[in-house]
Amino acid sequence: MSVTKKKSRTNPKRENGKSNTIKLKFDTSWSYAPAPESKSAASIKPQYDLFINGEWQKPLSKKYFETFNPATEEKLSEVADAGSADVDKAVKAARNAYDNVWKKMVPKERAKYIFRIARMIQERARELAIIETLDGGKPIRESRDFDVPTAANHFFYYAGWADKLEYAFPNRKAVPLGVAGQIIPWNFPLLMAAWKIAPAIATGNTVVLKTAESTPLTALKLAEIIEESGLPPGVVNIITGAGETGAALVNHPGVDKIAFTGSTDVGKIIQRAIAGTHKKATLELGGKAANIIFDDAPIDQAVEGVINGIYFNQGHVCCAGSRLYVQESIAKEVIRKLKDRMSSLIVGDPMDKNTDIGAINSRSQLETIQKYLKIGREEGAEMYESGCPLPGKGYWCRPTLFTNVAQSNRIAQEEIFGPVLSVLTFRTDDEVIEKANNSPYGLSAGVWTDKGSKIFNMTRRMRAGVIWANTFNKFDPSSPFGGYKESGFGREGGLHGLAAYVTLENV
Amino acid sequence: MGKTLVNKSSLTISENGLEKPTSSKRLEVLKTYKIYIGGQFPRTESGRYYVPTNEAGKKLANVCLSSRKDFRNAVVAARGAVSGWSGRAAFNRSQILYRMAEMLEGRKAQFIDELIEQDNTKAKAEKEVNLAIDRLIYYAGWCDKFQQIFSSVNPVASSHFNFSVPEATGVVSIIAPQGDSLLGLVSVMAPVIAGGNTCVILASETKPLCSVTFSEVLHSSDLPGGVVNILTGKIQELASWFVDHMDVNATIYCEKDSNTQKSMREKSALNLKRIFFYDKVNWYSAAGQSPYFILDTQEIKTTWHPVENIASAGAGY
Repeated sequence: MSVTKKKSRTNPKRENGKSNTIKLKFDTSWSYAPAPESKSAASIKPQYDLFINGEWQKPLSKKYFETFNPATEEKLSEVADAGSADVDKAVKAARNAYDNVWKKMVPKERAKYIFRIARMIQERARELAIIETLDGGKPIRESRDFDVPTAANHFFYYAGWADKLEYAFPNRKAVPLGVAGQIIPWNFPLLMAAWKIAPAIATGNTVVLKTAESTPLTALKLAEIIEESGLPPGVVNIITGAGETGAALVNHPGVDKIAFTGSTDVGKIIQRAIAGTHKKATLELGGKAANIIFDDAPIDQAVEGVINGIYFNQGHVCCAGSRLYVQESIAKEVIRKLKDRMSSLIVGDPMDKNTDIGAINSRSQLETIQKYLKIGREEGAEMYESGCPLPGKGYWCRPTLFTNVAQSNRIAQEEIFGPVLSVLTFRTDDEVIEKANNSPYGLSAGVWTDKGSKIFNMTRRMRAGVIWANTFNKFDPSSPFGGYKESGFGREGGLHGLAAYVTLENV
Repeated sequence: MGKTLVNKSSLTISENGLEKPTSSKRLEVLKTYKIYIGGQFPRTESGRYYVPTNEAGKKLANVCLSSRKDFRNAVVAARGAVSGWSGRAAFNRSQILYRMAEMLEGRKAQFIDELIEQDNTKAKAEKEVNLAIDRLIYYAGWCDKFQQIFSSVNPVASSHFNFSVPEATGVVSIIAPQGDSLLGLVSVMAPVIAGGNTCVILASETKPLCSVTFSEVLHSSDLPGGVVNILTGKIQELASWFVDHMDVNATIYCEKDSNTQKSMREKSALNLKRIFFYDKVNWYSAAGQSPYFILDTQEIKTTWHPVENIASAGAGY
């Protein structure tokens, strides 16, 4: 320690001699050689049709649209644009499979199909990870280590529930709902498909799943896997399209259940659209998570957690820790350490295994983020972005943070869905609870402190469905996920995720 | 007004319309039916009233015709009571629900009278009151148990301790069953408050007497003011405010009117309040009570914390 102190006195650049950390200079002696993943391990067809009733069917709409690599703006493939007639065909296939095959199947056999799908995802993990990164722009490290394995695990977890449902709901019989219409977002395309399909079919429902417009490819690869697995035709139908396809699915009278992950605005439209029908819904919507650091927290771990909380997946995460509340006494230190860490994040080619932050998913999302950067500055907040170079082509955004943010600022209230952190400060527990809960959202929250009783005080009082204490952005198939308030309702994952796909009858 | 006046009064009406005593029997005191907000018994701020009648056409009372403003006041009271009520020990909530049952048992006769006045037979009235008492006891017992039934410790693959527990959703607005005016109200209210929520209830429009009297039971049960608020009035007028209010977290509607259901679900989208239609429940049957009713107005909260896992530190046996 004494050595460090001595050093700091002789080095005028160190901030007031308070810091005992050494800043690494990544831009000079610490450059990384490129380590790109190969595209050759994945095959993408030039054109994809709709996966309906176990077959690849040309769209009745006769229309296709292109899907791009957001890191290069190059076309990857084109996929069918399902019209209402296609949706109708898919729903009928799902109904037929439900009535004649799936609901009659012995549950343990149902389970074995789902186990088999899980295994086949594992077998083709590398290919799926590559395609996920090409189509969505996320770093290969994340697709490889998080998206794809977690997707496989989700099928594995729910497969086992299929023949054990009588243990899940005491004194009740769980009965499937019928046909589930499922609509997924572009931020975790394969994983969201797994989150939706696995519990639905494990509980005996059949599925029509619509992918996000900008990221259809891994779900279509999943369709290939499902086809190969021998799952009875029509149990899982996967269609591609934009908002209109989703609307046709929501409004189809043959659908018994809507499961939607996406924006709060669209979630509200869906809730209105199904009013007066028998349709049930689970909605997993937006968030503006508060991440709170107390002065007794292990600062370096907390900084690492905050970085992961907001910059994971380019900040395209509904539960991202986008509002940071730092106790006033440590604010200066935390902000400095955040900036240091931000400067060591590598933004660039998502296929490079060293990349930390990949491409923004689409041009329109980049425009949304840039709009909020402008709003933040105009509201008087101070913007800081890392100085890393950006590739010439593609959609990019440097990791960014705002300081001097007021609770009422739009960048502290609205979901940006990008790598943008708003930093606010607080003095007391009561104050930070008040601020953290002052949001229409309630999906997730985080707290960093070394004091156990404080953790439980905070985690109990924060109004959010998932709370990370001394960690952030952790997910597991056995762990329920979903929000309070305008972040939606229903849970996905774990025992509680089963309830979204059954009605309970008295025994 | 009401049965007491006609059947038991010591008054008769003279030819000139003035009442004159015909005997030395004492004059019975009639009850003013009020609403219940924040632990107090105001009349409606609107000054309005309506006069429900029973099947024989007999006027029941001048009942408060509650306004939107009354509802808003009640929501403020309910919101203010959330942290105290949900923060109480579940065991303590259990004791208070049990106390309600005790109070109701002690005032059985009054409820039976009122139910008879609202067109029940004596046998049916007795059955309804008994069942309402038993239902309170049933949910009193659940207050500190449902969490254990619906919680889980989740075996995540990473080195974390992870658990999920139910937690009160907040303020619940309830349009109580129209038919079983006491049993229905108790059956819908009890699971909501057993789980730590607070609520604003619109009592049966046509049979409001024992709902109002039930608020007097609540008042003498150590229930903190604002946890249960009971209004009387017209569904048609108030339903949309019950589901529109931005500081209400969930709404329960118990009637079969499909138009109202449709519009309520549409309006619930405004702040994505949770909405439940208990329109097919027979409150007299075994299906009229269950911990799953408690679960409806609970949110599941999942908490993660790392477990220290130093490499090769598996020793200890």
